[in-house]
Amino acid sequence: MLKVLIADDEPNILMSLEFLMKKEGYRVYIARDGGEAFDLIQQEKPDLLLLDIMMPRMDGYELCQFVKQHPDYRHAKVIFLSAKSKDLDVQKGYDVGGDLYIPKPFSTRDLIAKINQLKAAA
Amino acid sequence: MSSLTITLCSLLYLSILFGIAFWAERRSRQGGSLLNSPYFYALSLAVYCTAWTFYGSVGRAASGGIEFLSVYIGPTLTVPLWWSVLRKIIRICKVQRITSIADFISARYGKNRGIGVMITILCVIGIIPYISIQLKAIAESFAVLSGQSLVGPTPIWLSDQSFYMTLILAAFTILFGTRKLEATERHEGLVTAIAFESVIKLIAFVAVGVYVTYGLFDGPADIFGRAGKLPELRQHFVFHSGHSTTEWLWYIVLSMPAILFLPRQFQVAVVENVDERHLNKAMWLFPLYMFVICLFVLPLAFGGKLILNNPIDDADVYVLSLPLHFGEKGLALLAYIGGFSAASSMIIVETTALSVMISNNLVMPLLVSRPSWQKQIGNAWSTFVINIRRLAILGMLLLAYEYYREVSHHFSLVSVGMMSFAAVAQFTPAIIGGIYWKRGSQAGARLGLILGASVWFYTLIVPTLVTAGLLPAHWMTEGPMGQGWLRPYTLFGLQGFDPISHSVFWSFFVNIGGYVWGSLYRPQSPLDHNQAVLFVDVFEYARRYDSSVAWKGKVLVSDLNALLTTFFGEERATRAMERYMRKHQLNTQNYLAESRLVNYTEKLLAGAVGTASARILISSVAKEEPIALDEVIKILKVSHELLTVNKELRRKSIELEKLTAQLQEANELLKAADQQKDDFLSTVTHEIRTPITAIRALSEILHDNDEMDQETRRHFLGTIIKESERLTRLINQVLDLERIESGRNKLLMEPADMAAVIQDAVESVEQLATDKRMQLEVVNTCPDTTLVVDRDRIMQVLINLLSNAIKFCEEDKGHILVRADLQGMWYVVAVADNGHGIDPRYHALIFEKFYQTQDRNTRKPKGSGLGLAITRKILELHNGSIEVESRPDQGATFIVRLPLTQFERLASVQELG
Repeated sequence: MLKVLIADDEPNILMSLEFLMKKEGYRVYIARDGGEAFDLIQQEKPDLLLLDIMMPRMDGYELCQFVKQHPDYRHAKVIFLSAKSKDLDVQKGYDVGGDLYIPKPFSTRDLIAKINQLKAAA
Repeated sequence: MSSLTITLCSLLYLSILFGIAFWAERRSRQGGSLLNSPYFYALSLAVYCTAWTFYGSVGRAASGGIEFLSVYIGPTLTVPLWWSVLRKIIRICKVQRITSIADFISARYGKNRGIGVMITILCVIGIIPYISIQLKAIAESFAVLSGQSLVGPTPIWLSDQSFYMTLILAAFTILFGTRKLEATERHEGLVTAIAFESVIKLIAFVAVGVYVTYGLFDGPADIFGRAGKLPELRQHFVFHSGHSTTEWLWYIVLSMPAILFLPRQFQVAVVENVDERHLNKAMWLFPLYMFVICLFVLPLAFGGKLILNNPIDDADVYVLSLPLHFGEKGLALLAYIGGFSAASSMIIVETTALSVMISNNLVMPLLVSRPSWQKQIGNAWSTFVINIRRLAILGMLLLAYEYYREVSHHFSLVSVGMMSFAAVAQFTPAIIGGIYWKRGSQAGARLGLILGASVWFYTLIVPTLVTAGLLPAHWMTEGPMGQGWLRPYTLFGLQGFDPISHSVFWSFFVNIGGYVWGSLYRPQSPLDHNQAVLFVDVFEYARRYDSSVAWKGKVLVSDLNALLTTFFGEERATRAMERYMRKHQLNTQNYLAESRLVNYTEKLLAGAVGTASARILISSVAKEEPIALDEVIKILKVSHELLTVNKELRRKSIELEKLTAQLQEANELLKAADQQKDDFLSTVTHEIRTPITAIRALSEILHDNDEMDQETRRHFLGTIIKESERLTRLINQVLDLERIESGRNKLLMEPADMAAVIQDAVESVEQLATDKRMQLEVVNTCPDTTLVVDRDRIMQVLINLLSNAIKFCEEDKGHILVRADLQGMWYVVAVADNGHGIDPRYHALIFEKFYQTQDRNTRKPKGSGLGLAITRKILELHNGSIEVESRPDQGATFIVRLPLTQFERLASVQELG
């Protein structure tokens, strides 16, 4: 069973993503800020990360950078889900090693389709 | 200590001085001039402190207490004037290439030869005794240190070591004081050596002072305590009778001009000045120097009296005899060197300055006015001038030495110094009048100087001649030829003054009187007037000097060239000529010189041979036409107009620059405002995206998943409704803030009963508090206050603060207190909670729009981030304010202030009454 870590400081967004990913057959781990996410990455070594960018303690960019630089976690796919939609922010997401950058608000069907594409490519 | 050791030490010191001077000159040739530093300038001014300071102050303090201070207080009092007076003199000398005080005065009054001669003679007569007391000080200190008796110079001068010392000093001065002809080129080596000597004498004096005060005694308190027990010394703590107070005043008056007009002071302060800005530092550094060197005078005087109290010991040499008495030979030697440096620096600079005056104001005008003599000298002028100066230096030093041997033992250090001061003070009216009063004329200056100098001579020098036996003694007691009103010390029967004050009073009186009378009743010559304007308005004409001197006539360029060649040599003359031609784009092939070139040549010559001689030289080659006063004025006017146009242009360009800067600033402001709008917009969109994201995701899930259980479905739908409400609130607040900020939403001001407003606000949140089991309390100390406000807006403010308080308090434990008070001109409502509080770092920030805490350890606060921004804005529109007092974990208190109007204040006072 694949593991997904969802990190966001908006509880209602978390709730919807958790529902979606469970339905897709993932084991879901929830983090309400960057710090919790950081701990969970090391404990659970998730295969997929859905990261908000602006979070307390550690932001999404930092988490992604950590994951992509660490041999144990490098395999994980990282998808940013962020309300920051400027070109610069998107570019930075890819620069730190993100696999996908999806601006909020997003379509759930589109999100699932893109996740499946990523899985197929890997 | 043996004479040989002392002689060797003196020679060693002099050779160090030679070394420093050589080194400084070499350095400046390589471009690393030391004199670019203002500290050297300030230190060189300290040449003011001679042997008179070093030895004489202590002697004077031992007999007269703090009286000695007058000659240091006088100069200190003048310091604030330096920026206007001294700077002006420096500028004038730079512009007109003036190199001595005699030249300065003669240049101002129509380049008059007679005035220059007079001043030079007065200086030489007045100052040779002053130089001789320096020689005397060196000889006496030598005698004290070597243990010889103090009987005065040995009868045969060939066996007198001070004679040889005099010769060595002459050699040094000749070597470094007369190197180049053009005296405006500075004496690098000389000034550096003088600055070094200033340091040495200060160190030596302070060293002895510290030794006596803290080594022999227990600090100043001890010395003064013990001195206070002796009636003889105690009287020095205060002024005595009225007699010494006037003396004190006159001495201060006398030393004020001395600091600038003594030839050596003029030399270092004006001629050797390389940068007017050095005055800034010198203006505090020089008084500080005098302060430090005076600090230990009284302790030394009292210490000497207490320890060596016998008539044999001369108080003048306590600086030496105190260390010697206790066997401190090293310290005594240091003191001797200090005194030697004080004396030698004075001798060197003074004779250099006087030698320039003698050559440029006495000898040269005579020589250049005789064509036959001119021919004889031919092309050797520059060596000739320098040789005159060398001879002058040697001559003056020998004269001073002779004076020391024959006359000086009749008088004390101080009286001789004061005579010199009084002589130099005679220049004051002519100089000060000359730089501030355009009507001051040649006739006036000559009259004032003649009268002042005569009275000075009669009241101060004649008595010394009587004492020396050269004039009959009854002159002093009965007056010459039995005329009692002519007695030198009580002229016209003026009694009750000491000789110096008496002389200063009368000489100033006739000097100033003569100057003013002569200036008012004798008209100025055209040249006189021309120079007067150029002096008084030097800051206006400085840059256009050459075209501001009125001159009419015919001169051949080749003649001017020949003159320059004679004095500066072929190479330098050609260079100067070419530079000038290039600068003014003149044709070198011109046959006749135009007036600007004539003035330029005259100025160059003035730097070498003095203004009066330069004038004569130019006249000798020119066919000059007499110039009328109105022509002078016309030329000055043209020059002035050009200047005004220039100034106007500059003013305009400054205005333009200012305007550009203002435009730039406005542009920056616009940009900043634009940036703020941008930031606001992007924050707002960001804030809107968040609830929409949740709404969209949840609706899509509901839409795509028919098989969901009922409970989850209800939960999701509830969340969608809540997020929609959040979105609505956000949009409303953004619009609200925008309306308030843009001023489109006017306040609806009407009288409102504040107690009721508070009550309504509390009631509207009461349910929320009750749900969370919190306490909500209201204390109102001023229940009957009516304010003119927008009632709904103030309600909005209070509700916002109350809901914030509820939001940040813990359930069950929360306690919220609303308190209303009158404080002076303010109606104050405070909303206090016992929630988690706010770090003081954020107190200012929380009132900003969309402020999101930078502290990454705290979670995002719930709410739009606009509530407090709106609150503050509303209160600002009411001319009120809001602030927060809080500490983390100790709750927060938001304090709202609303102004009471006149009417309301009145009402509240009546209520109290």
